[in-house]
Amino acid sequence: MKRHVVSTINGDSMEFLCDAGDTLLDVLRNQLQLTGSKEGCGSGDCGACSVILDDRLVCACLVLAVETNGRQVDTIEGMARGDKLHPLQQRFLERGALQCGICTPGILVAAKSLLERNPDPSESEVRYWLAGNLCRCTGYDKIVRAVLEVASESKERNAR
Amino acid sequence: MNAEAKKYRWIGTRTVRPDGIDKVTGRATFGADFTLPGALCGLVLRSPHAHALILRKDFSKALAIDGVKAVICSDDLREIPPDEAVVGGQPPNFRDMANNLLAKDKVLYEGHAVAAVAAISEEVARRALEAIEIEYQVLPHVIEVQKAMEPDAPLLHDNLRTQGIDPPPETPSNIAQRVQLGVGDVERGFAEADVILQDEFTTQPVHQGYIEPHACIARFGEDGQAQLWCSSQGHFMVRAYCAKLLFMEIAQIRVTPLEIGGGFGGKTTVYLEPLALLMARISGRPVKMTMSREEVFRATGPASGSYINVRIGATSDGRITAAEAILCYQAGAFEGSPVRLGCMTGFAPYDIPNVRMIGYDVVVNRPKSAAYRAPGAPMAAFATESMLDQLALKLEIDPLALRMKNAARKGTKAAYGPRFNDIGYVETLEAAMSHPHYQSKPGLNQGRGVASGFWFNIGGQSSAGIHVTEDGTVIVNTGNPDIGGSRASMAIMAAEVLGIDINRVRPIISDTGSIGYNDLTGGSRVTFAIGMAVTEAARKLVESLKERAALIWDISLDSVIWKDGSAYGEPGGEVEDERKGKRTGKLKAPPMQLSLHDIAKDAARTGGPLSSSVNINAQGAGPGFGTHICDVEVDRDTGKVTILRYTAIQDVGRAIQPDYVEGQLQGGVAQGIGWALNEEYIYNDEGRLDNPGFLDYRIPVASDLPMIDTVLVEVPNPNHPFGVRGVGEVPIIPPLAAVANAIADATGLRMTDLPISPPRLLAALDNQARSKR
Repeated sequence: MKRHVVSTINGDSMEFLCDAGDTLLDVLRNQLQLTGSKEGCGSGDCGACSVILDDRLVCACLVLAVETNGRQVDTIEGMARGDKLHPLQQRFLERGALQCGICTPGILVAAKSLLERNPDPSESEVRYWLAGNLCRCTGYDKIVRAVLEVASESKERNAR
Repeated sequence: MNAEAKKYRWIGTRTVRPDGIDKVTGRATFGADFTLPGALCGLVLRSPHAHALILRKDFSKALAIDGVKAVICSDDLREIPPDEAVVGGQPPNFRDMANNLLAKDKVLYEGHAVAAVAAISEEVARRALEAIEIEYQVLPHVIEVQKAMEPDAPLLHDNLRTQGIDPPPETPSNIAQRVQLGVGDVERGFAEADVILQDEFTTQPVHQGYIEPHACIARFGEDGQAQLWCSSQGHFMVRAYCAKLLFMEIAQIRVTPLEIGGGFGGKTTVYLEPLALLMARISGRPVKMTMSREEVFRATGPASGSYINVRIGATSDGRITAAEAILCYQAGAFEGSPVRLGCMTGFAPYDIPNVRMIGYDVVVNRPKSAAYRAPGAPMAAFATESMLDQLALKLEIDPLALRMKNAARKGTKAAYGPRFNDIGYVETLEAAMSHPHYQSKPGLNQGRGVASGFWFNIGGQSSAGIHVTEDGTVIVNTGNPDIGGSRASMAIMAAEVLGIDINRVRPIISDTGSIGYNDLTGGSRVTFAIGMAVTEAARKLVESLKERAALIWDISLDSVIWKDGSAYGEPGGEVEDERKGKRTGKLKAPPMQLSLHDIAKDAARTGGPLSSSVNINAQGAGPGFGTHICDVEVDRDTGKVTILRYTAIQDVGRAIQPDYVEGQLQGGVAQGIGWALNEEYIYNDEGRLDNPGFLDYRIPVASDLPMIDTVLVEVPNPNHPFGVRGVGEVPIIPPLAAVANAIADATGLRMTDLPISPPRLLAALDNQARSKR
């Protein structure tokens, strides 16, 4: 029997029917056509499907779609505001912090979640926070730099 | 950036990549992101056994399930005659490929595809897989390369005779091929040596580890025309392989490339595409297939595991007089490991008068190996660069100085044949010696290792088309998947030649029906070879634009020059031709000017649309060399190795977009570190893989690595208009030995078996402590 779920996805109230065993990732990708969250493993090891559930960073492949009923889900598709990129997205572009781009949505969502709870992380804090997001292309160097730069910019902005 | 590069407006600048916004917003469409209305779900049934005969296949129960639209097995693939197995004498072997896609009478590894189904949903497809009955007779299996070479080893293929041995062997074995190459007289070289060292090395197979599993969707028309959308390293490769395997004409298949989420060589072949096409033909419905991560591990890739025995001789002042190596590479279930490339690259950075390399290509009950970044080279370099380190220690010579003393230079004849032209190996060594990293001193329990690497780089068949739109903006069409920023490089080179703002250039990756043939994205060829085609196409376009301007002004073509995106000319007068750097006269009056926009606007009046296309087989890819410095700290209580500092130095010819060149170096280093320290396949006694997931097959994560410093040495490749060399392969070659050499420096232990995982290093440290007591 299908379950009826209403959740707020990227600020919009969305309704969908799903099986009890469907993951949030299945529903995002296959029903809602929000394919920005990627399936790299389906077992929570790669972080390519990172989304924010209420205020918590989760792997959408490890969350059942029915669990999101009445809750808030933020995905990569909601990260830019209109045509204005999030500072992390902008800095990733400027620093070449992506190569193939498959891990990029998950890493951006994870980095945003980090900066929301720790606006001034050390390099180690960035590295450990992002340790759940695999990237096979970049060696993480430019990713970590981009995140640190955005953090230090917003610190400067706040100091002014 | 060097002085010469400053003459360029776009080359060498860190412009934002044209596909960047799509990739940071989640909008980019990767393999699994695309679907078609009415698509069926295709799944593969895989062998649970490492080696078994297939006695019986029964699909009746699966076909009886509501919603199952197709079930296929090897019987549905028409047999390719033996004399048509290869095309043009080149790999791949399509009989083997067909057998790998769907096992014929035997399964040769756990995960070998046996059948495939297409059904109206994933749930129905899964039930169908469960309903398929296959009866196996399990056979003894062999996983390790040395065991597979023994005379009484279980045979994978009853008819496999070793090639490259004279006379040919009368009995079958698992050794598919023996290769040998070299120069000089190795015996004489060893006789001249004051010091001779010998050691054995092993490396484990490692997976390319792309984060995007293989995915495709196929559609087949009743008229025999097929379409395929997939992520791959070459949609022309996919088209050609599918046509060959399915006995179709090439023009009947149109392949549209989707964004590729990493490949590293692992997506240079087909696994799902022919199955999806076949089931789309049978069912009349589109069929979408996506691998799970577990399937990726059990059935695709990996890079070959190896056993290597190296012997090296040198005079007491550090001149290497002879080197020889025996390399045994696991091919997986079908022949075709890159052992020849291992033989060719192993000592390529050095000018050694006497070299002999012998390689064996050996089949084992593992997935068919696939290309992985500099195929064959990292394992060979692990052995040879570890030996150089041992030699430096023995002779008490600085390891970089030893390499410098023996370094290949312009004019050196490489052991694998050619004589090097302009190469930058020495420059990488100089940069390493003077780098602050090398000047610093490691602390307690810390050590430093260095190592070098070589890769040929390749060119190959390449097409490019440039089209000027009605408003003077420019479309650059190429046909190679953009795996790490090549759109940016193409846009930069086109904008540079045309002299226009880069934001007016739009690079597009075209499908197989919209541009001429292209070899696949691999071997570090795209920025070099496709870049050459784009540059030539842009130059051709400039000539057309000048012709149009001459026509509009009614002056001779000689009186028109192209500069900064505009044609300049003077009726009957002469102009200063800055582009060619020679003065043919002076401008007497303000010149007439027509911008690209102006000419495009008037195109209809001057002869129609403006475009140019170039098709080449690019030659002269400049060889690449790199030298790496690695500092480690060893935890003596746990055996854990921490990479403290890493510097990668490489001759890149010319960095078109430095961010993405640095990124290639950093990414290659990270993969090499994973190869050295963590990554391995764990097979149990039944020949089944016990770690088919990212939790237990541990690729480096952000917290495993430090920043990876890069130094881009630019010794321009004389064969490329901007001096480009391929850069992607070299950086994965040195890290294996650089890490091992650093561990040797820190601990005094020479680790010759990869990965140097904590349990393995801890055992060696314990042994060392016991022997000291």
